[in-house]
Amino acid sequence: MALVLVSLALITVYFRESSGGTLHSAQRIGVSILTPFEVAGERVSRPFRDAYGWTADLVGAKSDNERLREEVEALRTQVIQNETAAEENKRLQKMLNYIGGSRYPVGFTAVPTQVIQKPPNPYAQQILVHAGTSNGVKIYDPVVTQEGLVGIVTDVTSGTAQVRLLTDQASAVSAEVLGTGASGIVARGPSDSSTLVLNRVPKDEVVTEGDLVITSGWQSGPLTSLYPKGIPIGKVSGVSRRDVDLYTRIQVTPLVDFGSLDDVIVLTAGDANKP
Amino acid sequence: MTAADVFKAPGLLLLAALLQVSVLWTIEVSNGHPDLLLVLVVVLALVRGPLLGSVAGFSAGLFLDVATFSTLGISSLLLTLVGYWSGRLGSIMSKSSPHPSLIAVGLATIAVALGSAFLHFVLGSTVGASELLGRVLLPTLVLNLLLAYPVHRLVCRLFPRTTRAAREVIVAG
Repeated sequence: MALVLVSLALITVYFRESSGGTLHSAQRIGVSILTPFEVAGERVSRPFRDAYGWTADLVGAKSDNERLREEVEALRTQVIQNETAAEENKRLQKMLNYIGGSRYPVGFTAVPTQVIQKPPNPYAQQILVHAGTSNGVKIYDPVVTQEGLVGIVTDVTSGTAQVRLLTDQASAVSAEVLGTGASGIVARGPSDSSTLVLNRVPKDEVVTEGDLVITSGWQSGPLTSLYPKGIPIGKVSGVSRRDVDLYTRIQVTPLVDFGSLDDVIVLTAGDANKP
Repeated sequence: MTAADVFKAPGLLLLAALLQVSVLWTIEVSNGHPDLLLVLVVVLALVRGPLLGSVAGFSAGLFLDVATFSTLGISSLLLTLVGYWSGRLGSIMSKSSPHPSLIAVGLATIAVALGSAFLHFVLGSTVGASELLGRVLLPTLVLNLLLAYPVHRLVCRLFPRTTRAAREVIVAG
Protein backbone atom coordinates (compact mmCIF):
# COMPACT_ATOMS: atom_id res chain seq x y z
CA MET A 1 0.00 0.00 0.00
CA ALA A 2 2.81 2.37 0.93
CA LEU A 3 4.58 1.69 -2.37
CA VAL A 4 1.38 2.34 -4.29
CA LEU A 5 0.98 5.66 -2.50
CA VAL A 6 4.62 6.54 -3.19
CA SER A 7 4.08 5.74 -6.88
CA LEU A 8 0.96 7.88 -7.05
CA ALA A 9 2.81 10.71 -5.31
CA LEU A 10 5.66 10.41 -7.80
CA ILE A 11 3.27 10.57 -10.75
CA THR A 12 1.50 13.61 -9.32
CA VAL A 13 4.63 15.55 -8.40
CA TYR A 14 6.46 14.65 -11.63
CA PHE A 15 3.52 15.58 -13.80
CA ARG A 16 2.95 18.92 -12.06
CA GLU A 17 6.52 20.14 -11.62
CA SER A 18 8.48 21.99 -14.30
CA SER A 19 11.25 20.35 -16.32
CA GLY A 20 13.75 21.93 -13.92
CA GLY A 21 12.10 20.36 -10.87
CA THR A 22 13.70 18.02 -8.37
CA LEU A 23 12.36 14.78 -9.84
CA HIS A 24 13.27 15.77 -13.39
CA SER A 25 16.77 16.68 -12.25
CA ALA A 26 17.12 13.39 -10.39
CA GLN A 27 15.91 11.57 -13.48
CA ARG A 28 18.52 13.29 -15.63
CA ILE A 29 21.24 12.19 -13.20
CA GLY A 30 19.87 8.66 -13.35
CA VAL A 31 19.90 8.70 -17.14
CA SER A 32 23.49 9.98 -17.13
CA ILE A 33 24.50 7.08 -14.90
CA LEU A 34 22.74 4.53 -17.10
CA THR A 35 23.97 5.89 -20.41
CA PRO A 36 27.30 4.00 -20.48
CA PHE A 37 25.47 0.71 -19.94
CA GLU A 38 22.96 1.50 -22.67
CA VAL A 39 25.71 2.50 -25.08
CA ALA A 40 27.61 -0.70 -24.30
CA GLY A 41 24.50 -2.80 -24.80
CA GLU A 42 23.69 -1.03 -28.04
CA ARG A 43 27.20 -1.65 -29.34
CA VAL A 44 27.10 -5.30 -28.36
CA SER A 45 23.73 -5.89 -29.98
CA ARG A 46 24.29 -3.79 -33.10
CA PRO A 47 26.44 -6.36 -34.98
CA PHE A 48 23.74 -8.96 -34.48
CA ARG A 49 21.03 -6.60 -35.69
CA ASP A 50 23.18 -5.52 -38.61
CA ALA A 51 23.80 -9.16 -39.53
CA TYR A 52 20.10 -9.84 -39.42
CA GLY A 53 19.37 -6.78 -41.55
CA TRP A 54 22.05 -7.70 -44.05
CA THR A 55 20.71 -11.21 -44.45
CA ALA A 56 17.18 -9.93 -44.87
CA ASP A 57 18.32 -7.43 -47.47
CA LEU A 58 20.29 -10.09 -49.30
CA VAL A 59 17.18 -12.15 -49.77
CA GLY A 60 15.50 -9.15 -51.37
CA ALA A 61 18.25 -8.43 -53.93
CA LYS A 62 20.22 -6.17 -51.67
CA SER A 63 22.56 -4.63 -54.18
CA ASP A 64 19.88 -3.52 -56.65
CA ASN A 65 17.77 -2.22 -53.86
CA GLU A 66 20.65 -0.24 -52.41
CA ARG A 67 21.67 1.30 -55.73
CA LEU A 68 18.13 2.32 -56.60
CA ARG A 69 17.56 3.71 -53.15
CA GLU A 70 20.64 5.91 -53.42
CA GLU A 71 19.60 7.04 -56.87
CA VAL A 72 16.11 7.94 -55.70
CA GLU A 73 17.59 9.71 -52.69
CA ALA A 74 19.91 11.77 -54.90
CA LEU A 75 17.11 12.68 -57.31
CA ARG A 76 14.76 13.54 -54.48
CA THR A 77 17.36 15.84 -52.95
CA GLN A 78 17.95 17.44 -56.35
CA VAL A 79 14.22 18.02 -56.89
CA ILE A 80 13.83 19.56 -53.48
CA GLN A 81 16.79 21.87 -53.99
CA ASN A 82 15.67 22.92 -57.45
CA GLU A 83 12.03 23.48 -56.63
CA THR A 84 12.72 25.18 -53.32
CA ALA A 85 15.25 27.48 -54.95
CA ALA A 86 12.86 28.30 -57.81
CA GLU A 87 10.02 28.98 -55.40
CA GLU A 88 12.26 31.18 -53.35
CA ASN A 89 13.34 33.17 -56.39
CA LYS A 90 9.75 33.94 -57.29
CA ARG A 91 8.93 35.11 -53.81
CA LEU A 92 12.05 37.26 -53.66
CA GLN A 93 11.09 38.96 -56.92
CA LYS A 94 7.51 39.58 -55.80
CA MET A 95 8.20 40.74 -52.30
CA LEU A 96 11.27 42.85 -53.11
CA ASN A 97 13.18 43.34 -49.91
CA TYR A 98 10.75 41.34 -47.74
CA ILE A 99 13.20 38.52 -47.84
CA GLY A 100 16.70 39.82 -47.88
CA GLY A 101 18.54 36.62 -48.54
CA SER A 102 18.37 32.89 -48.82
CA ARG A 103 15.56 31.20 -46.95
CA TYR A 104 17.71 28.25 -46.12
CA PRO A 105 18.61 28.47 -42.46
CA VAL A 106 22.16 29.49 -41.79
CA GLY A 107 24.35 28.61 -38.88
CA PHE A 108 23.15 25.05 -38.41
CA THR A 109 25.88 22.58 -37.54
CA ALA A 110 25.39 18.85 -37.95
CA VAL A 111 26.03 16.59 -34.96
CA PRO A 112 25.84 12.96 -36.17
CA THR A 113 24.91 10.59 -33.39
CA GLN A 114 23.56 7.16 -32.59
CA VAL A 115 20.18 6.18 -31.22
CA ILE A 116 20.75 4.41 -27.91
CA GLN A 117 17.14 3.94 -26.89
CA LYS A 118 14.09 3.30 -29.03
CA PRO A 119 10.57 4.39 -28.05
CA PRO A 120 9.90 2.43 -24.84
CA ASN A 121 6.14 2.31 -25.37
CA PRO A 122 3.53 3.50 -27.89
CA TYR A 123 2.58 6.51 -25.76
CA ALA A 124 6.02 8.05 -25.60
CA GLN A 125 7.19 8.41 -29.20
CA GLN A 126 10.64 9.52 -28.14
CA ILE A 127 14.18 8.25 -28.49
CA LEU A 128 17.43 8.82 -26.65
CA VAL A 129 20.53 9.75 -28.66
CA HIS A 130 24.17 9.65 -27.65
CA ALA A 131 24.91 13.36 -27.90
CA GLY A 132 24.30 16.06 -25.34
CA THR A 133 25.35 19.46 -24.14
CA SER A 134 29.01 18.44 -24.39
CA ASN A 135 28.46 18.15 -28.18
CA GLY A 136 26.67 21.48 -28.37
CA VAL A 137 23.18 19.98 -28.44
CA LYS A 138 20.45 22.12 -26.92
CA ILE A 139 16.74 21.77 -26.29
CA TYR A 140 14.65 22.45 -29.44
CA ASP A 141 17.42 21.44 -31.83
CA PRO A 142 15.86 19.67 -34.85
CA VAL A 143 16.86 16.09 -35.57
CA VAL A 144 17.00 14.63 -39.08
CA THR A 145 18.28 11.70 -41.11
CA GLN A 146 19.28 11.71 -44.75
CA GLU A 147 15.69 10.66 -45.48
CA GLY A 148 13.93 13.48 -43.69
CA LEU A 149 12.78 15.03 -40.46
CA VAL A 150 12.87 12.87 -37.32
CA GLY A 151 11.85 15.22 -34.50
CA ILE A 152 13.16 17.71 -32.00
CA VAL A 153 15.30 17.63 -28.87
CA THR A 154 13.12 18.02 -25.77
CA ASP A 155 15.54 17.27 -22.96
CA VAL A 156 19.28 17.07 -22.73
CA THR A 157 22.02 15.91 -20.38
CA SER A 158 25.75 16.21 -20.86
CA GLY A 159 25.97 13.02 -22.92
CA THR A 160 22.43 12.26 -24.07
CA ALA A 161 19.46 14.01 -25.58
CA GLN A 162 15.82 13.03 -25.59
CA VAL A 163 14.25 13.44 -29.01
CA ARG A 164 10.51 13.75 -29.46
CA LEU A 165 9.63 12.03 -32.71
CA LEU A 166 7.39 13.50 -35.35
CA THR A 167 4.94 10.70 -34.55
CA ASP A 168 4.44 11.87 -30.97
CA GLN A 169 1.09 13.39 -30.08
CA ALA A 170 2.80 16.55 -28.87
CA SER A 171 4.68 17.13 -32.14
CA ALA A 172 3.54 19.75 -34.63
CA VAL A 173 5.58 21.03 -37.56
CA SER A 174 4.81 23.83 -40.00
CA ALA A 175 5.01 22.29 -43.43
CA GLU A 176 4.19 22.88 -47.07
CA VAL A 177 3.51 20.73 -50.07
CA LEU A 178 6.41 21.15 -52.46
CA GLY A 179 5.52 22.82 -55.72
CA THR A 180 1.96 23.76 -54.74
CA GLY A 181 2.41 26.41 -52.07
CA ALA A 182 -0.14 24.66 -49.86
CA SER A 183 0.94 24.89 -46.25
CA GLY A 184 -0.31 23.61 -42.92
CA ILE A 185 0.73 21.81 -39.80
CA VAL A 186 1.94 18.24 -39.76
CA ALA A 187 0.96 16.24 -36.71
CA ARG A 188 0.44 12.62 -35.74
CA GLY A 189 -2.53 10.89 -37.34
CA PRO A 190 -5.50 10.03 -35.16
CA SER A 191 -5.35 6.27 -35.57
CA ASP A 192 -1.76 5.18 -35.22
CA SER A 193 1.81 6.40 -35.19
CA SER A 194 2.70 5.23 -38.70
CA THR A 195 0.89 8.04 -40.50
CA LEU A 196 0.89 11.81 -40.19
CA VAL A 197 -1.74 14.39 -41.04
CA LEU A 198 -1.22 17.78 -42.69
CA ASN A 199 -3.89 19.98 -41.16
CA ARG A 200 -5.14 23.50 -41.85
CA VAL A 201 -4.60 23.47 -45.60
CA PRO A 202 -7.17 25.73 -47.36
CA LYS A 203 -9.61 23.88 -49.57
CA ASP A 204 -8.68 25.79 -52.71
CA GLU A 205 -5.15 24.40 -52.68
CA VAL A 206 -4.58 21.61 -55.17
CA VAL A 207 -2.74 18.72 -53.58
CA THR A 208 -2.41 15.28 -55.10
CA GLU A 209 -1.21 11.93 -53.87
CA GLY A 210 2.54 11.50 -54.14
CA ASP A 211 3.35 15.18 -53.57
CA LEU A 212 6.28 15.78 -51.26
CA VAL A 213 5.72 17.53 -47.93
CA ILE A 214 8.64 19.55 -46.53
CA THR A 215 9.19 21.83 -43.56
CA SER A 216 8.14 25.39 -44.29
CA GLY A 217 10.59 27.07 -41.90
CA TRP A 218 8.45 30.13 -41.24
CA GLN A 219 9.58 33.42 -39.76
CA SER A 220 7.36 35.89 -37.92
CA GLY A 221 9.11 38.97 -36.57
CA PRO A 222 11.79 37.91 -34.12
CA LEU A 223 10.38 34.38 -33.98
CA THR A 224 11.58 31.68 -36.31
CA SER A 225 10.53 28.10 -36.77
CA LEU A 226 12.52 25.53 -34.91
CA TYR A 227 12.98 23.61 -38.15
CA PRO A 228 15.05 24.72 -41.15
CA LYS A 229 13.20 25.09 -44.42
CA GLY A 230 13.19 22.30 -46.96
CA ILE A 231 13.59 19.20 -44.81
CA PRO A 232 11.47 16.39 -46.34
CA ILE A 233 8.78 15.05 -44.04
CA GLY A 234 6.73 12.64 -46.10
CA LYS A 235 4.63 11.99 -49.16
CA VAL A 236 0.95 12.75 -49.55
CA SER A 237 -0.89 9.43 -49.37
CA GLY A 238 -4.47 10.66 -49.17
CA VAL A 239 -6.48 13.86 -49.61
CA SER A 240 -9.91 14.44 -48.07
CA ARG A 241 -12.15 17.45 -48.85
CA ARG A 242 -15.44 17.05 -47.00
CA ASP A 243 -18.13 19.71 -47.17
CA VAL A 244 -18.36 19.93 -43.39
CA ASP A 245 -14.62 20.53 -42.96
CA LEU A 246 -13.10 24.00 -43.07
CA TYR A 247 -9.80 22.70 -44.38
CA THR A 248 -8.47 19.98 -46.63
CA ARG A 249 -7.29 17.02 -44.61
CA ILE A 250 -4.13 15.47 -46.03
CA GLN A 251 -2.68 12.15 -44.97
CA VAL A 252 1.10 12.00 -45.09
CA THR A 253 3.27 8.89 -45.04
CA PRO A 254 6.58 9.79 -43.39
CA LEU A 255 9.79 9.25 -45.35
CA VAL A 256 11.66 8.27 -42.21
CA ASP A 257 11.17 4.74 -40.94
CA PHE A 258 10.76 5.54 -37.26
CA GLY A 259 10.89 1.87 -36.36
CA SER A 260 14.47 1.39 -37.52
CA LEU A 261 16.27 4.57 -36.54
CA ASP A 262 19.92 3.88 -35.82
CA ASP A 263 21.84 7.00 -36.77
CA VAL A 264 20.50 10.54 -36.75
CA ILE A 265 21.83 14.06 -37.15
CA VAL A 266 21.12 16.79 -34.64
CA LEU A 267 21.12 20.27 -36.23
CA THR A 268 22.55 22.65 -33.69
CA ALA A 269 22.08 26.37 -34.09
CA GLY A 270 22.81 29.61 -32.26
CA ASP A 271 20.54 30.93 -29.53
CA ALA A 272 18.97 33.32 -31.99
CA ASN A 273 16.97 30.47 -33.45
CA LYS A 274 15.53 29.44 -30.10
CA PRO A 275 12.22 30.60 -28.63
CA MET B 1 11.76 -14.32 2.21
CA THR B 2 15.24 -15.29 3.44
CA ALA B 3 18.27 -13.16 4.25
CA ALA B 4 19.97 -14.36 1.07
CA ASP B 5 16.99 -13.13 -0.95
CA VAL B 6 17.70 -9.58 0.20
CA PHE B 7 21.02 -9.68 -1.69
CA LYS B 8 20.15 -11.94 -4.59
CA ALA B 9 16.89 -10.31 -5.64
CA PRO B 10 18.26 -6.75 -6.12
CA GLY B 11 21.26 -8.11 -8.03
CA LEU B 12 19.09 -10.14 -10.33
CA LEU B 13 16.69 -7.23 -10.86
CA LEU B 14 19.52 -4.82 -11.64
CA LEU B 15 21.00 -7.22 -14.15
CA ALA B 16 17.63 -7.75 -15.80
CA ALA B 17 16.94 -4.01 -15.86
CA LEU B 18 20.24 -3.25 -17.59
CA LEU B 19 19.60 -6.04 -20.07
CA GLN B 20 16.12 -4.66 -20.67
CA VAL B 21 17.14 -1.08 -21.43
CA SER B 22 20.31 -1.88 -23.35
CA VAL B 23 19.43 -4.95 -25.40
CA LEU B 24 15.84 -6.11 -25.15
CA TRP B 25 14.31 -2.80 -26.21
CA THR B 26 16.18 -3.07 -29.47
CA ILE B 27 14.39 -6.35 -30.19
CA GLU B 28 11.15 -5.36 -31.83
CA VAL B 29 8.43 -7.62 -33.17
CA SER B 30 5.74 -5.46 -34.74
CA ASN B 31 5.72 -2.74 -32.03
CA GLY B 32 6.17 -5.12 -29.10
CA HIS B 33 9.26 -5.79 -27.02
CA PRO B 34 10.08 -8.64 -24.64
CA ASP B 35 9.56 -7.36 -21.10
CA LEU B 36 12.08 -9.30 -19.03
CA LEU B 37 11.61 -7.10 -15.96
CA LEU B 38 7.88 -7.72 -15.85
CA VAL B 39 8.40 -11.46 -16.24
CA LEU B 40 11.07 -11.48 -13.52
CA VAL B 41 8.91 -9.50 -11.08
CA VAL B 42 6.00 -11.88 -11.66
CA VAL B 43 8.10 -15.01 -11.21
CA LEU B 44 9.91 -13.64 -8.15
CA ALA B 45 6.55 -12.79 -6.61
CA LEU B 46 5.19 -16.26 -7.39
CA VAL B 47 8.17 -17.91 -5.75
CA ARG B 48 8.73 -15.58 -2.80
CA GLY B 49 5.37 -13.96 -2.10
CA PRO B 50 3.67 -10.57 -2.32
CA LEU B 51 6.10 -8.61 -0.14
CA LEU B 52 9.17 -9.30 -2.26
CA GLY B 53 6.99 -9.09 -5.37
CA SER B 54 5.72 -5.61 -4.63
CA VAL B 55 9.12 -4.27 -3.52
CA ALA B 56 10.76 -5.78 -6.61
CA GLY B 57 7.99 -4.34 -8.80
CA PHE B 58 8.36 -0.88 -7.35
CA SER B 59 12.16 -0.87 -7.73
CA ALA B 60 12.05 -2.24 -11.27
CA GLY B 61 9.36 0.24 -12.29
CA LEU B 62 11.27 3.18 -10.88
CA PHE B 63 14.37 2.07 -12.76
CA LEU B 64 12.42 1.86 -16.02
CA ASP B 65 10.82 5.27 -15.54
CA VAL B 66 14.20 6.87 -14.90
CA ALA B 67 15.94 5.07 -17.75
CA THR B 68 13.29 5.97 -20.32
CA PHE B 69 12.71 9.61 -19.33
CA SER B 70 9.07 8.62 -18.70
CA THR B 71 6.72 10.05 -16.11
CA LEU B 72 8.08 8.84 -12.79
CA GLY B 73 5.74 6.52 -10.94
CA ILE B 74 3.73 4.97 -13.76
CA SER B 75 5.78 1.81 -14.20
CA SER B 76 6.49 1.55 -10.48
CA LEU B 77 2.78 1.73 -9.68
CA LEU B 78 1.87 -0.90 -12.27
CA LEU B 79 4.71 -3.27 -11.39
CA THR B 80 4.08 -2.88 -7.64
CA LEU B 81 0.49 -3.99 -8.14
CA VAL B 82 1.56 -6.78 -10.49
CA GLY B 83 4.17 -7.98 -7.97
CA TYR B 84 1.68 -7.96 -5.15
CA TRP B 85 -1.07 -9.81 -6.99
CA SER B 86 1.37 -12.30 -8.48
CA GLY B 87 2.58 -13.03 -4.96
CA ARG B 88 -0.97 -13.57 -3.83
CA LEU B 89 -1.57 -15.82 -6.83
CA GLY B 90 1.58 -17.79 -6.03
CA SER B 91 0.41 -18.48 -2.50
CA ILE B 92 -2.72 -20.23 -3.75
CA MET B 93 -1.11 -22.11 -6.67
CA SER B 94 1.50 -24.83 -6.87
CA LYS B 95 5.02 -23.35 -6.91
CA SER B 96 6.73 -26.32 -8.52
CA SER B 97 4.92 -26.20 -11.85
CA PRO B 98 5.83 -23.69 -14.57
CA HIS B 99 2.18 -23.27 -15.48
CA PRO B 100 1.35 -20.72 -12.77
CA SER B 101 4.13 -18.53 -14.12
CA LEU B 102 2.77 -18.78 -17.66
CA ILE B 103 -0.71 -17.85 -16.46
CA ALA B 104 0.57 -15.08 -14.21
CA VAL B 105 2.91 -13.64 -16.87
CA GLY B 106 0.10 -13.65 -19.42
CA LEU B 107 -2.34 -11.95 -17.07
CA ALA B 108 0.31 -9.49 -15.87
CA THR B 109 1.25 -8.50 -19.43
CA ILE B 110 -2.37 -7.78 -20.29
CA ALA B 111 -2.95 -5.97 -16.99
CA VAL B 112 0.15 -3.78 -17.41
CA ALA B 113 -0.78 -2.90 -21.00
CA LEU B 114 -4.33 -1.94 -20.05
CA GLY B 115 -3.23 -0.20 -16.85
CA SER B 116 -0.59 1.73 -18.74
CA ALA B 117 -3.18 2.72 -21.35
CA PHE B 118 -5.49 3.95 -18.60
CA LEU B 119 -2.81 5.94 -16.75
CA HIS B 120 -1.52 7.52 -19.96
CA PHE B 121 -5.10 8.35 -20.94
CA VAL B 122 -5.57 10.07 -17.59
CA LEU B 123 -2.35 12.02 -18.17
CA GLY B 124 -3.41 13.04 -21.69
CA SER B 125 -1.65 10.55 -23.99
CA THR B 126 -3.66 8.08 -25.99
CA VAL B 127 -2.98 5.39 -28.53
CA GLY B 128 -5.38 3.64 -30.90
CA ALA B 129 -6.99 0.47 -29.58
CA SER B 130 -6.02 -1.50 -32.69
CA GLU B 131 -2.38 -0.45 -32.36
CA LEU B 132 -2.33 -1.21 -28.64
CA LEU B 133 -3.97 -4.61 -28.94
CA GLY B 134 -2.67 -5.83 -32.30
CA ARG B 135 0.75 -4.29 -32.70
CA VAL B 136 1.90 -3.93 -29.09
CA LEU B 137 0.07 -6.19 -26.68
CA LEU B 138 -0.13 -9.33 -28.80
CA PRO B 139 3.59 -9.55 -29.74
CA THR B 140 4.62 -8.50 -26.23
CA LEU B 141 2.39 -11.20 -24.77
CA VAL B 142 3.91 -13.88 -26.99
CA LEU B 143 7.48 -12.74 -26.25
CA ASN B 144 6.82 -12.59 -22.50
CA LEU B 145 5.29 -16.06 -22.49
CA LEU B 146 8.40 -17.34 -24.27
CA LEU B 147 10.50 -15.80 -21.50
CA ALA B 148 8.31 -17.08 -18.66
CA TYR B 149 9.52 -20.68 -18.54
CA PRO B 150 13.31 -20.05 -18.66
CA VAL B 151 13.00 -17.20 -16.16
CA HIS B 152 10.94 -19.44 -13.89
CA ARG B 153 13.63 -22.12 -14.05
CA LEU B 154 16.36 -19.60 -13.31
CA VAL B 155 14.51 -18.08 -10.35
CA CYS B 156 13.72 -21.52 -8.92
CA ARG B 157 17.45 -22.37 -9.05
CA LEU B 158 18.52 -19.10 -7.47
CA PHE B 159 15.73 -19.02 -4.91
CA PRO B 160 15.28 -22.62 -3.71
CA ARG B 161 12.16 -23.47 -1.81
CA THR B 162 12.36 -22.97 1.96
CA THR B 163 8.85 -24.07 2.81
CA ARG B 164 7.67 -24.91 6.27
CA ALA B 165 7.21 -28.53 5.20
CA ALA B 166 10.83 -28.76 4.06
CA ARG B 167 12.07 -27.29 7.32
CA GLU B 168 9.88 -29.67 9.30
CA VAL B 169 11.41 -32.63 7.46
CA ILE B 170 14.89 -31.39 8.31
CA VAL B 171 14.00 -30.84 12.00
CA ALA B 172 12.20 -34.18 12.30
CA GLY B 173 14.95 -36.03 10.45
